[in-house]
Amino acid sequence: MGFLRKVGAIIAKDIAAELHTREMVSAMLVFAALALLIFSFALDLQGRAARAAAPGVLWSTVSFAGVLGLSRSLAREQLNGCIEGLLLAPVDRSAIFFGKAIGNLAFIVTVELALLPLAAVLFSAPLLKPAVLLVVALGTIGYAGAGTLLAAISVNTRAREVLLPVLLLPVVVPALIAAVRATTGLMEGASLTDVAGWVNLLVAYDLVMVAVSMLTFSYVVEE
Amino acid sequence: MTPSPVEARSTVEAPSVTEEDRASAPEVIPLIEVRDLCKSFGPRAALSNVDLDIFAGQLLALLGPNGAGKTTLLRILATLSKPTSGSIRYEGVDMTREGTTLRRRIGLLSHQSLLYEDLTAHQNLAFYAIMYDLAEPEERISEMLRRVGLEDRREDLVRTFSRGMQQRLALARALLHRPSVLLLDEPYSGLDPRVTAMLSDLLAELREEGCTIVMTTHDLPQGLALGRRIVVLRRGRIVYDAPRDQVDERDFPRLYDELTD
Repeated sequence: MGFLRKVGAIIAKDIAAELHTREMVSAMLVFAALALLIFSFALDLQGRAARAAAPGVLWSTVSFAGVLGLSRSLAREQLNGCIEGLLLAPVDRSAIFFGKAIGNLAFIVTVELALLPLAAVLFSAPLLKPAVLLVVALGTIGYAGAGTLLAAISVNTRAREVLLPVLLLPVVVPALIAAVRATTGLMEGASLTDVAGWVNLLVAYDLVMVAVSMLTFSYVVEE
Repeated sequence: MTPSPVEARSTVEAPSVTEEDRASAPEVIPLIEVRDLCKSFGPRAALSNVDLDIFAGQLLALLGPNGAGKTTLLRILATLSKPTSGSIRYEGVDMTREGTTLRRRIGLLSHQSLLYEDLTAHQNLAFYAIMYDLAEPEERISEMLRRVGLEDRREDLVRTFSRGMQQRLALARALLHRPSVLLLDEPYSGLDPRVTAMLSDLLAELREEGCTIVMTTHDLPQGLALGRRIVVLRRGRIVYDAPRDQVDERDFPRLYDELTD
């Protein structure tokens, strides 16, 4: 009970800070919307070709925008030594990880909810299906889990803005491939059963990433 | 006359207790026992073979020049840093194994405020109240804000506070969970006279309440004015350790220069 309460408090704290500043989600949103527009104009695709490109463009945009949010989220803990305030408290390190990861997940999902209709319009793609939303959620869980751990590693370095994407993007490649393939299949009318292989890969990736990140988080944040 | 370093150390490490006293009185057990503590950062030794007993209710002033290892020792005592070797026990409990439980009893006021700038003063304290499982947190938060004179700014964002106000709120955060051990890292640096007086009053109150306080400073007059035990660190080693009443205020600066030169 105490564990969940502390996880909830960390999430609530991050949301409250974001509501006061609105700098993280708005930066991610503006970046993601601009990236989608640039992709749309640069590729200049119509009909079936546009639909085929939509999942790749969507997931690339989400992963690049997510880096902005993850970097900012952990930098907020670094400012004034706040992470030390957390480490000083009698809090299990995995509670800190879950609090930060779920908070990051909430911010990325918020951006995705705005991004999906925009991508659906720009690429004439049927992205607003429940099954696609499930794949988006599964892809984002693994991304936020791995991203939170790697952002905690990179935030202590001088080149954190550069280091985070260099560390994160190779790690999330399996999830991105599975998410793009599953999204493509679902958009083309396949059922969840038809893309079960990719969905199972996403679920397995999520479980492994969350478990590994939870177990190693304390080594990353403690000296 | 200020005792020599060796005499001073023996005074604290082995209090003169007669056999009769030993038989009739309970043994004085240190609250914190530091044994053979070493900390290295790569090839550089920050602390070397530090032995220190800290007794309940003491106000220990840890003096030393920059780079002497004061902050490193304080961070290890706060469980924020792990020693390379050696041990620390709080009432006999190994700190490295039972860190999570012991953290409930430790408060730290460091160089940094440990406050979230994008939250209000109240939100910061409410967050830490949950982290420390405080019962009746609202009452305690109001009490602490009142004690540091920030009750009228409770709903203001911390980023709108002056440095002095942030330091006051940081003190409220450090004391929120009623720690029995308070660790202060250069607590007076950069404070205006009003906050300095407030901090001194709070420290006096805490001492009366029996709180054990370890304070680092490189300000000799401040250390001598507040400390009830004076410990000097030089290049990671304790070179002087004496009760305050055995320290000659006029003679000490010269001795300190000799010790830390």
